[in-house]
Amino acid sequence: MTPFRYARATDVTDAVRLADGGARYLGGGTNLVDLMRETIERPAALVDVSGLPATIEAHDGGLLIGAAVRNTALAEHPAVRARYPVLARAILAGASAQIRNMATVGGNLLQRTRCAYFYDEEGSRCNKRVPGQGCDAIDGFNRIHAILGASPACVATHPSDMCVALAALDAIVHLHGPDGTRTVALTDFHTLPGERPDIETVLAPGELITALALPASPLAARSTYRKVRDRASYAFALVSVAAAIDLEDGIVRDVRLALGGVAHKPWRATKAETALRNGPATEAAFRAAAELELADAAPLAGNGFKVELARRAIVATLGELTGETA
Amino acid sequence: MAIEINGSQVPVPDDPRVSLLDLLRESLHLTGTKKGCNQGACGACTVLVDGERIVSCLALAVQYEGRSITTIEGLSDGDALHPLQQAFIDHDGFQCGYCTPGQICSAIGMAAELRRGLPSHVTGDLTAERVPFSRVELQERMSGNLCCCGAHNGIIDAITETFGEVAA
Ligand SMILES: Cc1cc2nc3c(=O)[nH]c(=O)nc-3n(C[C@H](O)[C@H](O)[C@H](O)COP(=O)(O)OP(=O)(O)OC[C@H]3O[C@@H](n4cnc5c(N)ncnc54)[C@H](O)[C@@H]3O)c2cc1C
Ligand code: FES
Ligand code: FES
Repeated sequence: MTPFRYARATDVTDAVRLADGGARYLGGGTNLVDLMRETIERPAALVDVSGLPATIEAHDGGLLIGAAVRNTALAEHPAVRARYPVLARAILAGASAQIRNMATVGGNLLQRTRCAYFYDEEGSRCNKRVPGQGCDAIDGFNRIHAILGASPACVATHPSDMCVALAALDAIVHLHGPDGTRTVALTDFHTLPGERPDIETVLAPGELITALALPASPLAARSTYRKVRDRASYAFALVSVAAAIDLEDGIVRDVRLALGGVAHKPWRATKAETALRNGPATEAAFRAAAELELADAAPLAGNGFKVELARRAIVATLGELTGETA
Repeated sequence: MAIEINGSQVPVPDDPRVSLLDLLRESLHLTGTKKGCNQGACGACTVLVDGERIVSCLALAVQYEGRSITTIEGLSDGDALHPLQQAFIDHDGFQCGYCTPGQICSAIGMAAELRRGLPSHVTGDLTAERVPFSRVELQERMSGNLCCCGAHNGIIDAITETFGEVAA
């Protein structure tokens, strides 16, 4: 690990001042410490924000969640369990109990890809690590890689489960930086790789994630998360689905759908949502919507299976929520 | 600037790179806590922080100033073993023993989570105040602790004997 300076922030203003546009913020450390040990990340200074207020409050009919709230605490919160089950389920499907106890909401949003070529500093080329170097995943082992929204420069996926639920829930990210505060929709927070896969979010230098807002969402009460992975527990998603649905007399009044494990960002399935809205809640309709969403899928040599897996996972998840079991 | 470890105050290391795991093993010679992967994936380094289980390999020691850490060495009372330690012996909950300190600390943290009613990935009703205690729940909740000897059946039996009542 490269040497670094460490400072602990007492509040948001203090954190932004201490970071002075250059330092990295430290949450639970479960991703950053690992990457620093691998020397993939080499920050000169860390500002510890894991001790900032970790509150979950009522907010405009929804919830305001402090960035330092631990993943376990968010999944455990009674309002999340009752009103946003998709979020509790997504968090509980990720990592291990120990890691969820350490990981913060802010850090979860900014966790980096699990692409093995990104981690292999000595042996592989990666445009995320060294822009312009090339990507060894495109012609390499790319079973876990993206099928949607990738670019010739990068086929990595965003590994978070929590963020897939947040994308479906229209969550808003609250930011505080040297130039003041702003909010960004979670679906606009992460970026597609394009020519600059080293840029992964719209976060500006020195900007701190302070909170997440979950809007009021009556349909979220009927929501769930399905994760398909190589073993039954403690593995990253090959494909995952976050879904919420408002059903009336067999008709889909409203629906939210997002996919994980398929792209450089949590993938909000807007095409499928539009196709489903005001249509019948039948397996045939679910299948048609899934086909539409994946029509642009561009699988690599090793991950063609993800296209059909994603379609089936969408159909099964919507089926589970509506009683239309496949 | 101190961390409480098994009841003793220990100074925070000067170098912020030192992990809690390396502080325990290299500086304090508390070698019960094991280093397996050093990347959060195996659970061998699990310790309790104010009663909550974490992996000490991904924890920078400096972040834990003012907190209270319990390691496997802090569980027994002199020669009197913690009930879960005894149950691991009674049920053959280990072979080589490398994962055992992590398994035991993790299971103690898990029992507290069950008592609070924290749901898991396999819990059917998220809003239920009590979590059913079942083999499936245990397997899911202990999945962060790998055992390459395959002592899982004994581990599950030992945990069930010790904590089977907590959720009931
Ligand atoms: C073995 C293992 C298995 C895992 N499995 C899964 C899984 O199945 N599903 C899943 O979703 N995740 C999984 N994870 C990843 C885990 O969820 C993340 O490591 C965790 O959420 C990161 O949170 P943290 O607080 O520890 O972040 P840190 O490691 O502290 O930080 C991560 C990044 O966020 C930045 N940061 C932190 N807080 C802020 C803030 N407030 N403002 C601005 N920047 C900030 C840091 O600078 C850093 O760049 C796994 C991790 C491990 C080690
Ligand atoms: S050594 Fe910490 S999890 Fe493996
Ligand atoms: S007893 Fe050997 S690794 Fe578990």
